[in-house]
Amino acid sequence: MFYSLGKYILLLRLSFKKPEKFSVYWSEVMREMVSIGIGSLAIIAIISVFIGAATTIQVAFQLSGPLVPQSVAGTIARDSTILEFSPTISALVLAGRIGSSIASQIGTMRVTEQIDALEIMGVNAPGYLIAPKIIAGMTMVPILVVLSIVLGISGGYIACVVSGDISPADYVIGLREGFIPLTVRVAMVKAITFGFLITSICAYQGFYTSGGALEVGQSSTSGVVYSCVMILFADLVITRLML
Amino acid sequence: MIEVKDIYKTFGDNEVLKGISVKFEAGKNNLIIGGSGSGKTTLLKCIVGLHEPTKGQVFFNGENFTEMNFEERVPIRTEIGMLFQNSALFDSMTVEENIMFPMNLFTNQTKAEKLDRANFCLERVNLKGKNKLFPAELSGGMKKRVGIARAIAMQPKYLFVDEPNSGLDPKTSILIDELINELTDEYNITTVVVTHDMNSVMGIGEHIVFLHQGQKWWEGSNHEIAHTDNKELNDFVFASKFMQAAKDRL
Repeated sequence: MFYSLGKYILLLRLSFKKPEKFSVYWSEVMREMVSIGIGSLAIIAIISVFIGAATTIQVAFQLSGPLVPQSVAGTIARDSTILEFSPTISALVLAGRIGSSIASQIGTMRVTEQIDALEIMGVNAPGYLIAPKIIAGMTMVPILVVLSIVLGISGGYIACVVSGDISPADYVIGLREGFIPLTVRVAMVKAITFGFLITSICAYQGFYTSGGALEVGQSSTSGVVYSCVMILFADLVITRLML
Repeated sequence: MIEVKDIYKTFGDNEVLKGISVKFEAGKNNLIIGGSGSGKTTLLKCIVGLHEPTKGQVFFNGENFTEMNFEERVPIRTEIGMLFQNSALFDSMTVEENIMFPMNLFTNQTKAEKLDRANFCLERVNLKGKNKLFPAELSGGMKKRVGIARAIAMQPKYLFVDEPNSGLDPKTSILIDELINELTDEYNITTVVVTHDMNSVMGIGEHIVFLHQGQKWWEGSNHEIAHTDNKELNDFVFASKFMQAAKDRL
């Protein structure tokens, strides 16, 4: 475990060495941002709306009673969405979508000697392949999380309108009650950390692939599994430290 | 010129290279031949720095490449062109982008200049007009030729070629060999080819190094190879009845 951790840290150090040519790296960062950000929009939108809606209905069900105002469901749905559902569930889904793609892309480049070709040319392969992905991940995951929060809360509103469990007006009152800006900061810290973990862990798994197609698949699976475990661990640590 | 001095390479308990010393001269087709597992590709990878030798040194024009760090190696690496066994073209880039890639990173040429050079390289390997194709749209022989075009894009002093004929039909193999030969003469490149293709050995082998069990077993030219009494080399080169008959006719 310590050997792998050391290798991972050394790879990250190599990844952030001074680039050979900034403009080439910059265009790679832009390309990765499109791939990670735009490419994940649909899946994030779908899961956010449904999770927001389901959360609101469940909270309304659990708190139904004469002593609890209906608007509380809106408040709880908002805070749960901002603090936990949007950052964590989005990150877990993104680990599956972009993490597996990163690990298999870099792993395939390794087994087909494309990484060797980069090194022969004098290119710092970790810098060229990994750094743009990490930068793009740390930029785009927070944006996706913001979008997820908005859509999750909207999903809750739609659930109110459709199900009638709570009146939409009460839901909106609940959303506006007792808002603490710290929750958004926590969500952003989580999103940036998750973006880093997904891209760096999966890139590490792909970079040290050896063998053939079977091993590329294994690297991809390992990347997603380790990313998910680390996301949940980081989620706990950040929550404990910031709240 | 490239000089390899007493190279050893061990993977775990397996000693693949056992003290190989050899000089590869400029303007010559230097061939490394040997059976499967003899250490040909490992030697090539030790020379270009993809593997670090367990012991020994590699000199490029007198400069000790083995003792350099990554940054110190970059100027030499920009003078190296390499064609990999599976071509190793970047899948996400077009043919043109593949060829322009090293120029984008290591030169300050304008886009038009880089495009001119890419077109020249493509024309040189008889692939004019294939600029916009992706590697997945190319045949095996075309991929090799694009690999060569990319390797010569930076006008290298050293050209390394790993199994240029693997997976190719005999006619295409000869075309690739001729191309390597022409480029070596034209630009006075130090070319090192790893192969076990006998057509290449007899056709372009100006300087041949035969590896056997991780050691340099024999060294000479394609003219000398037909008259050697080295048993292992004869067993390797003239293994087929056809080659044996060809040898007898010499």
